[in-house]
Amino acid sequence: MQVYLPIAETSVNAFTLLGVGGGVGMLSGMFGVGGGFLITPLLFFIGVPPAVAVATGVNQVVASSISGVLAHLKRKTVDLQMGTVLLIGGLIGSLIGIWFFNLMSRLGQIDLIVQLSYVLFLGIIGGLMLQESLRALIRSKNASAPKRKLHKHYWLHNLPFKMKFRVSGLYISVFPPLLVGMGVGVLAAIMGVGGGFIMVPAMIYLLGMPTKVVIGTSLFQITFVAAFTTMMHAVTNQSVDVMLAIFLIIGGVVGAQIGTRVGLKLKAEQLRIALALLVLAVAGKIAFDLLWPPAELYSVTVLGRF
Amino acid sequence: MRGVLILWFCLLALPLRAEEVIAGLSQRSVSLTVNFEGSEILIYGAVRREAPLPEESDLNVIITIEGPPQATVVWRKARRAGIWVNTDRQDIRAAPSFYAVATTGPLREILSQDADLTHRISTRLAIFEARGMADPMERATFTEALIRVREAEGLYQQHDGGVDLERETLFSTRLTLPKTIVEGRYAARILLLRDGEVIDEVESFIDVQKAVLERWLTNLAYEQPFLYGLMALFLAVFFGWGASALFRLMRN
Repeated sequence: MQVYLPIAETSVNAFTLLGVGGGVGMLSGMFGVGGGFLITPLLFFIGVPPAVAVATGVNQVVASSISGVLAHLKRKTVDLQMGTVLLIGGLIGSLIGIWFFNLMSRLGQIDLIVQLSYVLFLGIIGGLMLQESLRALIRSKNASAPKRKLHKHYWLHNLPFKMKFRVSGLYISVFPPLLVGMGVGVLAAIMGVGGGFIMVPAMIYLLGMPTKVVIGTSLFQITFVAAFTTMMHAVTNQSVDVMLAIFLIIGGVVGAQIGTRVGLKLKAEQLRIALALLVLAVAGKIAFDLLWPPAELYSVTVLGRF
Repeated sequence: MRGVLILWFCLLALPLRAEEVIAGLSQRSVSLTVNFEGSEILIYGAVRREAPLPEESDLNVIITIEGPPQATVVWRKARRAGIWVNTDRQDIRAAPSFYAVATTGPLREILSQDADLTHRISTRLAIFEARGMADPMERATFTEALIRVREAEGLYQQHDGGVDLERETLFSTRLTLPKTIVEGRYAARILLLRDGEVIDEVESFIDVQKAVLERWLTNLAYEQPFLYGLMALFLAVFFGWGASALFRLMRN
């Protein structure tokens, strides 16, 4: 069954879309990742124009993080103060990202920029995940792992405009969280991702936040930044395709439910290696497309379309 | 009375066309619905004759369908720092979003170059380049690339011999509009040829429109983008939150 996407102006197979949404949803249920970083490149592969894939991907991020943030708010595992600082940074970053995105669209280079960012970030996180999970696998075999120090102090903590973050128990400058939020906002606008894969490690290792509030606080920031970015893409580019979004969201929600249950029964370490390899494979495919001489050197764009 | 008489004589004085084309289309409108997978259009017709069939020359029919023209950019990639990047561009002032030519025989043989230029029949002549590259040869490579890319997508088609002509009178062809066509008015031209010259021509239109829901969504997206964005967010929140609430209910 084909679905006509009114904004992308093309038809794609409905089951492929549900499969992409469902598959990525399952992975996100199993690993607690957002999955935006997989949805957008998979949409490129099935022929959705990158501009539409990014804008619709970020809309899908809103759907996949909203129920999580509500649950965390109820459990009071959100540092609202820190979340707000991250969010302010995120909104600024999103504006910068949207500006850059539109500039690159006009120059005809947006596809390249999006693909390059994906190769870079998927390569990095895939590589780190693989390294981490291989190390965990080794550690589980010989149980004598060295303990990590909880708080390290370095130059980041000596910046001015210090602020007390009660829930996290931190007294640090507002600049590091602002910059972290900003970076995530830029990624949301350019790549159509939530940015949890960057923000969560940054919150733990850079800001030194306690792990119990990290997920809730990052989801809080992601939901609002993604909502803002969706609006910005809709207003400046008209590139959000709700028809596409609905199929991805439905597939994603169902997939996440299945994924959560499957994830409980499977061995986490092997799965993590599998996810890392999948992420690396997607990065590799995009990199290959950029490096390999294309069969057709010429491409056609219609002004005012994607 | 005298006026009527003069008019009548004037009409008589008009050169009578020896052969006239009468044509019909299997459909006048195409709706881009949710499950649109492309559409096949049957174009058929007949040649009406006032005089006996000329024996010394062959009758030929050319049928074209042309989609709404668009301002287009053709990009060429080159290798920069190891990766393939769009480097050169040629602007096209207007290129039809869809163009199909079907004929009763090889286009070059049945159509004279002059007739092609006046009636703009071959795909190459339906495209209007903008000024850009200084070298006309370079410009031509870009236009040829545009045709090549769109032919691969089924948006430009040339079917030499695609029109069936029976007993020099009845003709028909089937042309496929692919699933990627855009909205707008598509012009179908039916041209009758003898000795490479066009002796008669009729034009008809096919309206391609998005179906009600798709049209509403597109209009909203372009005319009320803020509202559209809000709607996209509402749907995301509704499905994202609603579905997980539903699953929680089902589990309990």
